[in-house]
Amino acid sequence: MNQTHYLIAGASHAGLEAVHRIRLIDETASITVITRDAQLPYSPTILPYVVSGQSEPDRVVLRNADYFKSQDVNLITGNELIAIDEAAQQVTLKSGEQWHYEKLLLATGADPIIPPIPGLSETPFHVLRTMQDAINLRTHAGNAKTAIVLGAGLIGMHGAENLRHAGLDVSIVEMCDQVLPGYFDNQAASVIEVAFNSNGIHMLMGSGVVKVEPLESGCQATLENGQTVQADLLLVATGVKPKLDYLKGTSIQIDQGILVDRTMRTDAANIWAAGDVAQAADFYKDEKVMMGILPNAVTQGAIAAMDMAEDEALQPYSGGVPINTYTFFGQQAISVGQSVADEQTETLSRVDDDNQSYLKILLKDNQLQGISSINEEMDAGIMWQLILRKIDLTPVKDAFIAQPLETGRALMSSTWR
Amino acid sequence: MTAYNTIAFDPSRCESCNNCDACITACAQIKSGTDDPLHSRIKIVAGINGNQPELALCRQCGDPECTKSCPSTSLTKNEQTGIIDWNKSLCIDCLLCTVGCTYGGITYNMTLKHVAKCDMCDGDPACVKACPTGALTYLTSANIFNEQHEREDLFVPGLSACQGCNSEMIMRHSLRKVGPDTVLATPPGCIPGMGSVGFNGTTGTKVPVFHPLLTNTASMLAGLKKQYNRMGRKVTAMALAGDGGAGDVGFQSLSGAAERNEQILFIVVDNEGYMNTGMQASGSTSYGSWTTTTPVGTEMKGKPTNQKNLAMIMMNHNCEYVATASTAFVEDYYEKLDKALEASERGFAYLHIYSPCPTGWRFPSSQTIEVCRKGVETNFAPLWEYERGGELQFTHSIDNPLPVEAYLNLSGKYRHVNEQQLAHIQQEVNDRVKTLKRFAGLN
Repeated sequence: MNQTHYLIAGASHAGLEAVHRIRLIDETASITVITRDAQLPYSPTILPYVVSGQSEPDRVVLRNADYFKSQDVNLITGNELIAIDEAAQQVTLKSGEQWHYEKLLLATGADPIIPPIPGLSETPFHVLRTMQDAINLRTHAGNAKTAIVLGAGLIGMHGAENLRHAGLDVSIVEMCDQVLPGYFDNQAASVIEVAFNSNGIHMLMGSGVVKVEPLESGCQATLENGQTVQADLLLVATGVKPKLDYLKGTSIQIDQGILVDRTMRTDAANIWAAGDVAQAADFYKDEKVMMGILPNAVTQGAIAAMDMAEDEALQPYSGGVPINTYTFFGQQAISVGQSVADEQTETLSRVDDDNQSYLKILLKDNQLQGISSINEEMDAGIMWQLILRKIDLTPVKDAFIAQPLETGRALMSSTWR
Repeated sequence: MTAYNTIAFDPSRCESCNNCDACITACAQIKSGTDDPLHSRIKIVAGINGNQPELALCRQCGDPECTKSCPSTSLTKNEQTGIIDWNKSLCIDCLLCTVGCTYGGITYNMTLKHVAKCDMCDGDPACVKACPTGALTYLTSANIFNEQHEREDLFVPGLSACQGCNSEMIMRHSLRKVGPDTVLATPPGCIPGMGSVGFNGTTGTKVPVFHPLLTNTASMLAGLKKQYNRMGRKVTAMALAGDGGAGDVGFQSLSGAAERNEQILFIVVDNEGYMNTGMQASGSTSYGSWTTTTPVGTEMKGKPTNQKNLAMIMMNHNCEYVATASTAFVEDYYEKLDKALEASERGFAYLHIYSPCPTGWRFPSSQTIEVCRKGVETNFAPLWEYERGGELQFTHSIDNPLPVEAYLNLSGKYRHVNEQQLAHIQQEVNDRVKTLKRFAGLN
């Protein structure tokens, strides 16, 4: 039986941050990292840029082999967990290998959702979650002229833009009336939609797909309104969800993801979860939510590792805050925290139609709840901290509304000394 | 492990320049060739509700969040320089790095269409050179750590100094540098009191150490050194003494040893009083200071007499080497320690180190170095050195000092000082600088 003190399943942002945090206070205990990818670790966020050719696969490695050697970490690539025996503290890998662990972190990420559209299973299509997906899509895009992207979420939008940059004629099909639902309000979404339209991307909004069928070369999608779209290439980007079948037979509680407490512990002893696989506390409401964004994965990986390594500096997770920094065709849309007002929030917004820019601030009890902007300079990290630390803006409210950037910088800088 | 250079910001000095924006222009110039503040990677922002100005600048964090949020590996912490490097050819302009930064240190430049951050101009930051008030400084004292950290600390861990004790820092730095071939004298005071001579038959020091009387430190060391010379052994005879033990009770033997030019390295840790025995005033206690023997009441308002300047007295003994130093300027101290050590092979070397005392002076233990720094920057504790036969040399500019309140306001022992006393102290500081300038041949 193979033995390791720390076993980390997954080598993306949560898993890698966990390795870093463990080694900060535990220099000697054995660490084993398992990733299903054959390659060295990379970020899923980079993949649309691999598709367009802006990023080369061998230049996006988050940690190279020397790093793992220098940190005395055993990296196992091309393998994954298929079963956990929590009582015996051991796991079985796809290869049949078994590992005994003292502490286990599940940071296995999420997989694309394949929607139940008639005909989809008979039609060749792409998803975009792994490096191999990106390489496949790039190769196919090289000899395709047209593309359909299903879904106007972040992966779909980034994917569509990068296919456009690669020279394809692209259509996006989205069930909702707006792009990036849940990330931005409809005002911001419409600015983004206009930019996509004016860059030659066909935005087919508010329309689900009822049927997909293969053509001799490519495919055809039939929409609810009867319209048909044909293309050489189909990218399905209708969201992600974690694959949880390897948890069968354990006492780990799951909902949409693995339920964890504020130190990222699961219901099973000696097992933690972090990143896209975890369903953790929300910042605003007393419920556990999926929050598949990179900065939260880093935070959760850090907290899990600090708890695993018994780091006394551990602060419990303050809850997920949605954050998006979205760049599209040279413009920027940034949203930190709550993006849609409710009856308890005070909303302040200003729009500058000439510059296609706008800014919206949501406050509650003079604390920042959320801020979003388009084409306005914005320090997302400062706004995140103002929300997380529940900073009372009463004494600076007018200044903050007039100049959120400068006031935010002054507030955070004053905490430095 | 490596320590790194850094850009430090003093808002109290920035405030006095009244939004000159010289740093911002200098940065924009060097990075883009224009004066457009958009291209500056350093931003000064007005303080909130009239507070001191604040700074948006990359802090080159030790464990940076921006690099962790970067999916493209374009941001990396350079292990050699400590700078967080940004590689344009890898960047995908996703702005996730800006989520990681709490201080506005990496921001999107709308004109250039990518993020920009401070790279410290390859170790020669333009903003620092442009700053007219010294609010921005480029600190290189990390070199001390990089050069010295492998040498052995020759005091044991766990000395029982007060929290924030400057003397403990001075002792450890000094003996580490001077090295193990040393015989150390620690006359009564805080230094033996915190356990450097040991407890219950054990020693607190990893070199031979002895505890002379207050009165005979210099004469005992002189004798020891002569005996070692007779035996043909090269040993540094070193004293770590307080200001009372050196300048009051032990002054006769100190003066005698200096006059005979004995080969001694004599270091005085000046905390302006007998702090170890309950904060009584000494000859070095400054005018107006509260101590337990110069209380504040209806009649007395702290010490009614001026302090004597022991370093100048020693200079007038024409020693081989005399210098003043401060732990806020540690590179300066290390240079002086080198010179003093070398001089002590020829004759008497005297170092006078200002050592503000958090317990006796009543300031928070986190503020020790700040009190040291303000002492120097107000000219209350000017830094200078003197070599036998030469002229006094200032090692930190005495021009454009801060008003002395900037120093006095930090310590509780001056809390009662009235306007008249304040004027007296400022006058004393001015007079002392004038005298020193005469010795330096400057007026």
